[in-house]
Amino acid sequence: MEQLLDAALFSSTLRVVTPILLAALGGALCSRVGLFNVALEGFVLVGAFSGIVGNYLFGNVWLAVLFAVLCVMFFSLIFGYMSINLNANPIVVGISLNFLATGMTTFLLRAIFNVKGAYYDSTMVGLPKWDIPVIKDIPWIGEVISGQSPLVYLAFILMGVLQFYLFKTVSGFRLRSVGENPVAAQSIGIKVRKHQYTAVLACGVLCGLAGAQLSLGQVTMFTEGMTAGRGFIALVATMLGQANPLGVMASSLLFGFMDAFGIRLQGLAIPSHFTNMLPYIVTLIAMFFFKDRSYLKDANKAGGSSR
Amino acid sequence: MLLQMENITKHYGNVTANQAVNFDLGEGEVHALVGENGAGKTTLMRILYGMEQPSSGSVKVKGNVVSFANPASAMASGIGMVHQHFMLFPSFTVAENIVIGREPTSGGVFDRKQAAALVEKLGEQYGMPVDPWAVVSECPMGMQQRVEILKVLYQGADIIILDEPTGALTPLEVKELLANIKSLALQGKSFIIITHKLHEVMEVADRITVLRDGRLTGTLAATDTDAEQLSRLMVGRELVSLEKQQLELGKAVLEVKGLGIRGPKGKGKALLKDIHLQVRAGEVVGIAGISGNGQSELIQAISGLRPVDEGTVQLAGVDIKGMAVRDIREHGLAHIPEDRYLWGAAKDATVLDNGLMGHHRSLQRKGLVKGKEARAKVSEWIRQFGIKAGSLDNKIQNLSGGNLQKLIAAREFAHDAHFLIAAEPTRGVDIGAMETIHTELIRKRDAGVGVLLVSSELTEILQLSDRIVVMYEGEIAGELSAKDATEEKISLLMSGGNRQT
Repeated sequence: MEQLLDAALFSSTLRVVTPILLAALGGALCSRVGLFNVALEGFVLVGAFSGIVGNYLFGNVWLAVLFAVLCVMFFSLIFGYMSINLNANPIVVGISLNFLATGMTTFLLRAIFNVKGAYYDSTMVGLPKWDIPVIKDIPWIGEVISGQSPLVYLAFILMGVLQFYLFKTVSGFRLRSVGENPVAAQSIGIKVRKHQYTAVLACGVLCGLAGAQLSLGQVTMFTEGMTAGRGFIALVATMLGQANPLGVMASSLLFGFMDAFGIRLQGLAIPSHFTNMLPYIVTLIAMFFFKDRSYLKDANKAGGSSR
Repeated sequence: MLLQMENITKHYGNVTANQAVNFDLGEGEVHALVGENGAGKTTLMRILYGMEQPSSGSVKVKGNVVSFANPASAMASGIGMVHQHFMLFPSFTVAENIVIGREPTSGGVFDRKQAAALVEKLGEQYGMPVDPWAVVSECPMGMQQRVEILKVLYQGADIIILDEPTGALTPLEVKELLANIKSLALQGKSFIIITHKLHEVMEVADRITVLRDGRLTGTLAATDTDAEQLSRLMVGRELVSLEKQQLELGKAVLEVKGLGIRGPKGKGKALLKDIHLQVRAGEVVGIAGISGNGQSELIQAISGLRPVDEGTVQLAGVDIKGMAVRDIREHGLAHIPEDRYLWGAAKDATVLDNGLMGHHRSLQRKGLVKGKEARAKVSEWIRQFGIKAGSLDNKIQNLSGGNLQKLIAAREFAHDAHFLIAAEPTRGVDIGAMETIHTELIRKRDAGVGVLLVSSELTEILQLSDRIVVMYEGEIAGELSAKDATEEKISLLMSGGNRQT
C-alpha cells in the first residue's frame, strides 16, 4: 500500500484532474443559468485539437493555448445560439455537438496534418513545468504540488475565483437567479440572455483550457477521441458537486484520483478495463447518497454559508 | 388623479380583449378590478405594466402621457405588479429576493448584511415584518406574498397591482393581507386589485370597476354597492340561487373508521388521528378547516394516494385500504383533486388527453383509444361547462386556472361513481363557473351520489353541505348539521376552540 500511495500518485492525480476540473467548472456555470451542457466532451476535444493546431501554426505554446480558447469559444457559441436564441433542447444540441466534435477533429486531422489516428511532432514544445519556489523544497508536498503545468495551478485558482464570483458578487448573484427562475429574473429587468451567453462563453474558455492541458500538458500530441470520456466525467462531477465550484473540485479530485489510481493498479496486473470502471462505480454509489438533493437545494446551503 | 387610462382598446387578431375601457386611480386609493375569467382584467393591467401595447387609448401617470415599452419603464414610473404566480427565487433568502436588481454593495461585493438590514427596516416601515435570512421556499404562502409586496415597495412603486392576490392564501393570511393593504393605502400607496372574490373586494376596496367581455360595465364606490349587484354586473344576468331539497338518505357510500396516519418516519405528530367519518348516498358532507390540518391527508388516504397506518376505509361496503388507485376508482370513486396542477392535470398534454384521463379505459377498443368518441365526449363537456379551451389539441398549460378547473370537474362529474370527492372544487374560478360547478355538485347529490366536499371557503361549505365536519390538527374537532352551522361556530372549531368530541 505504501508503494501504491506515494507522492507520484498524488502528483499525477493533480495532472489528470485538471482537464476534468476545468470542464466541470464550465458545466457548473452553464447549469447555474439553467442550461444543462452535455457538450463538455466535444468542447474539450475541440480544445485539445485546436491547441495542437495553434502550436503548429504559431510555434508558440502560449499562443496555442489562446488559440484553443478562442476556437472553443466559437464552438460554444453554436451551443449558445441554438439553445438560447432558437430555444432548442440543450441536451439534443449538446449530443449533436459531441458527435460534430469527434467527426470534425478526425477530418481536420487528415486535412491539416495528413495523418490518421494521431499527430505527433517532436519539435513541438508543450506547456512548461513550473517549479514553485519554497514549496518545491518541502518534502512530499513539494513533490506533489510543484512541477506541474501552469494550467494545473490556473484551474485551482479559477475554482476559487468562480466560488467567489457566484456567491459573493452581485453579478454572480444575478447569474444564479437566471438559472433559478428565468421568468422572475426577466420580470425585474435582469438580462437573462446576456447572462446565459456569458456562462456559455466562459464554459468555452474553461473547456479550451481543459483541452490545451490534455494535448499540450503531458505529452504534446493529439489522438483521435483523446478526451476518452473525460468530458462526461466532468459532467458527472458538475452534478455531483451540485454545480458548486468547491463541490465540483471535490468530486473532480475524487475522479482524478480514481483515474490515477486505476493507472497505478494496472502496474499490478489488474486489467485496465476493470480499473477504467472505477470512476463510474464511484459515481453510481455517490449518486445513491445524493438522491434526495438537487443542486438547487445545495444552492440554498451555499447561500447560507456565504452569510 | 394619480393614474388615468382612457379609451384603452386592445385587439389580438380578431379577438377584442379590451374595448374602450376607462380606468383611474387616486392617491391612497384601493381600486378593485373585477370580472370573470377572460373579461380582460389581466390584459388591461398588462398594458399598464408595459407587458402589452394598447391598440389605441392613452395612459397618464400624474397627468403626463406615458407609454411603457416594457415592465422596467413602468417600474421607473412607480408602477409595480405582484403576479398571480409569484416571481420569487425559491432557494434565495427573503432579503435576496427583495433587493435583487438593486443590490447594496460594499467594495464591489454583494453586501448581504446591509440587504438584510434594509429589508428589515422596510418591513417595519410598512408594518409587514419579515425574517430577511429565511429561505423563501421554506416560507408559507402568506409570507411569500408579503415578500412580493415588499419587493415592489423596495423598487419604489407607488401604484401596486395585485393579480389575484388571495388565491393561494389561507383565510387567516387573507385577513392579514387585506389589513396590510389598508394600512399601506393610509400611507399613500395606491392599489389595483384584480380578483373575483367579492367579499374581499367589499372589505378592502374604495371603488370597484367591473369588466365583462372586455367592456366596462361600471365603476362604483364600494359604499354604494353590494356583492349581489357586482355579481350581476360581472355575469350580466341574475345568478340562480341554489335550491336544495331535502332528500331521503341512502346507504353509507363511504365509511371511515379509526383512520390514522403517523407522522413522517413514524416520528412527530400524527397527521391523522382516529378519524370516523360516514358519507351516505344523497348527502354532501363538508370538511372545513384551516388548510394543513389533515384535510389533504384524509383525501389522499381515501383515494389511495397515500398509505394508511390504522383503521379502515370502506367504499360502498368494500374495504379499499391498500388497493391501487385504479381499483378504488373502479369501485366507484370520482375525485376532483385539490391541487389541479399536481394531481389533476398533465401540464404538457393536450386538452383532449387531460379530459380523457380516467376515461381512457372505457373509451378503448383493443388497446386503442376511440378517437372520434373521445373527441365528442370532451367537446361536449367544453360546451356544457363553457370552458374556454381554444382547440382540443391546445396544451393544457395555455388554459387559465379557472378553465382547467372546469375541465377537471367536468371530467370527474362524467364518471358514473357513487362517491365523489370534491377538494377545493372552485379554487380560482370565476362566479359563473362556480355557479356551474355548484349546481352540478348538487345535481350529483340529488342523483344519489355521496359527496365529500373539502374547501377552505366557508361560504362554499355552508352553501352546499348537509353536514359539516371540522378538522383541527389531524382530528375531527366537531360536527355540525347544516341547520345550526354558522360561520362563527365553524371558525371557532377551526381554530381549535370549543372541542366537542
